[in-house]
Amino acid sequence: MNWTRLPKLTFWRVVLAVILATGFYSALLRFTQGLGAATALTDRFPWGLWIGFDVLCGVGLAAGGFTLAAIVYIFHLERFQPIVRPTILTAFLGYALVAVALLFDLGRPYRIWHPMVMWNPRSVMFEVAWCVMLYLTVLALEFSPVVFERFRWQRPLRIVKALTVPLVIAGVLLSTLHQSSLGSLYLIVPSKLHPYWYSPLLPVFCFVSAIGVGLAMVIFESNLSARAFGREIEMPLLVDLGKGMVVVLAFYGLMRFQDLASHGTLRYLREPSTETVLFALETLLGVVIPLAFLAFRRVRESREGLFAAAVLVITGFLLNRLNVSITGLEASSGTHYFPKWTEVSVTLSLVGLGFLFFALAVRYFGVFESHSAGAEARRQPERANTPVPVV
Amino acid sequence: MSKAILVDTTRCIGCGACVSACKEANGLPQNEDTTLTAETLNIVESHSGVFVRKFCMHCQDPTCVSVCPVGALRKTAAGPVIYEESRCMGCRYCMIACPFGIPRYEWKLVLPKVKKCTMCAPRQAKGLQPACTEACPVQASIFGERNELLREAENRLRQNPAGYVQHIYGKDEVGGTSVLYLSAVPFEALGFPANVPHDPLPMYTYRVLSEIPNVVAVGTVLLGGIWWITKRRAEVAYAEGEEKGTPKASDG
Ligand code: SF4
Repeated sequence: MNWTRLPKLTFWRVVLAVILATGFYSALLRFTQGLGAATALTDRFPWGLWIGFDVLCGVGLAAGGFTLAAIVYIFHLERFQPIVRPTILTAFLGYALVAVALLFDLGRPYRIWHPMVMWNPRSVMFEVAWCVMLYLTVLALEFSPVVFERFRWQRPLRIVKALTVPLVIAGVLLSTLHQSSLGSLYLIVPSKLHPYWYSPLLPVFCFVSAIGVGLAMVIFESNLSARAFGREIEMPLLVDLGKGMVVVLAFYGLMRFQDLASHGTLRYLREPSTETVLFALETLLGVVIPLAFLAFRRVRESREGLFAAAVLVITGFLLNRLNVSITGLEASSGTHYFPKWTEVSVTLSLVGLGFLFFALAVRYFGVFESHSAGAEARRQPERANTPVPVV
Repeated sequence: MSKAILVDTTRCIGCGACVSACKEANGLPQNEDTTLTAETLNIVESHSGVFVRKFCMHCQDPTCVSVCPVGALRKTAAGPVIYEESRCMGCRYCMIACPFGIPRYEWKLVLPKVKKCTMCAPRQAKGLQPACTEACPVQASIFGERNELLREAENRLRQNPAGYVQHIYGKDEVGGTSVLYLSAVPFEALGFPANVPHDPLPMYTYRVLSEIPNVVAVGTVLLGGIWWITKRRAEVAYAEGEEKGTPKASDG
């Protein structure tokens, strides 16, 4: 009788359970035996998958949050309202998991609060630490109305809503700083990072590519949500985001090309090396092919075409971040790094937890509720009452 | 006035006395390590017959000090770059950033620390010289004021031009280091990075970090402005629509 209460066993649930179980084991290993036992990290290669993927990619993939918040609340393109909540939720979960990944990676995780009281403003890592803390708070506040609505806490709801615009502005600024600072981290290694990726403009590239991938993520996750939760897909909105993505990608591609050409880096393309292959892959998958795809109206306006382009952009983005943080540093390190299975399993678990929490939030909170309808109705008369100077 | 160490690789006989002395001074186990590790903070390498010892360069404007988010690493006025374990959270950015790849980590421990040579700062505080320079039987490594050691190095280059590469490694590299090297063979051949810039590396990030206040100020104004303009535009558009919609407006 009680069996009906238990969640159904589906393929993906079993996969998730297996991933989380191995992840739990790896976590135990990490925290009882230390980094040496749980990772393939060495003195020559002190940052690996957890920084390269979980932190660098995780933060980038969460960039949809600030981009969309800016589109809706700063640029007042209110028709994008219906996809704001799921995007903010994704960003919040992304950042929360980045913080968890940091707890795994830090040698002394219980001192994660040290940057709050021990300052070194000359350090990019110090900036990163503050950005994570502050932006996580902002994201929590941006998402909080959903929680307050659920429990009908009117007062806090009103307060947070009144704070929306300042919050969004703070969020955009913090994201700008944070996305770019992840590039600045590597400005300090001019003699170590391969010229394909080292550039004084690295912070700018990181910021611009984050906006591109943020838009791609919104398209990607709208498709997944539509499938998983049986929802209508907001195609016209996504088509517009796709166009935005084209602009950002083209800009990014041009900037990078110009930069590489001006530093004479393009000559490396004639050398067949791992770096060349990875660089070519990253550029083709992440920039050239999606741009070529999206040049066709038929592709741009079809659900599958748009989805495929988004997946390509995301893949290229992931490659780029892994190249900057791992492959681009290998040659100068004189060793080869390949993550241990325990590292991979922790990473997979974090991704899995992201999906799990998203699904739970969708089930228990009005993530997809187009609250805008009600809010709109309330806002209209209010607006009509405000004296509007006739120009 | 700060202290430094001059290493003349043409004099080093590779006996390893500095290695054992270092281990003893730092309470580290005597072992057979062949590269720097968390248990070996000073090592003698052999590059086709030429011996060269490697340890922390104690940069004048150290990269590790600038990158440490919690200020666990510090350059003392006396010269050594020292590490305050109780602040370190183990982000290992110092290891990534060090242009010479010096800092090591205690990977095997659950509560690890960063390990590197401290130029025997505790011994220096007592008025002693570092254990390594004291132990060197042939004065291949000597300890002294950086200025004086630079002058000494220049003398050696002048007196024996054929015997040395005419370069003092560490004089200008990354803005200068407190460990200086002389060599008869090119420094790359001894495993030194040749492509390190002559500016202090902290400048590379400082240029960007110093823009933060501008980004915040300009960003706030810009975003606020866009918010205000687009909002007003929407209101105007709404009001206009309203006007057209109302019978009065269409009458007039
Ligand atoms: S590992 Fe410790 S000493 Fe090194 S940068 Fe991080 S906090 Fe500073």
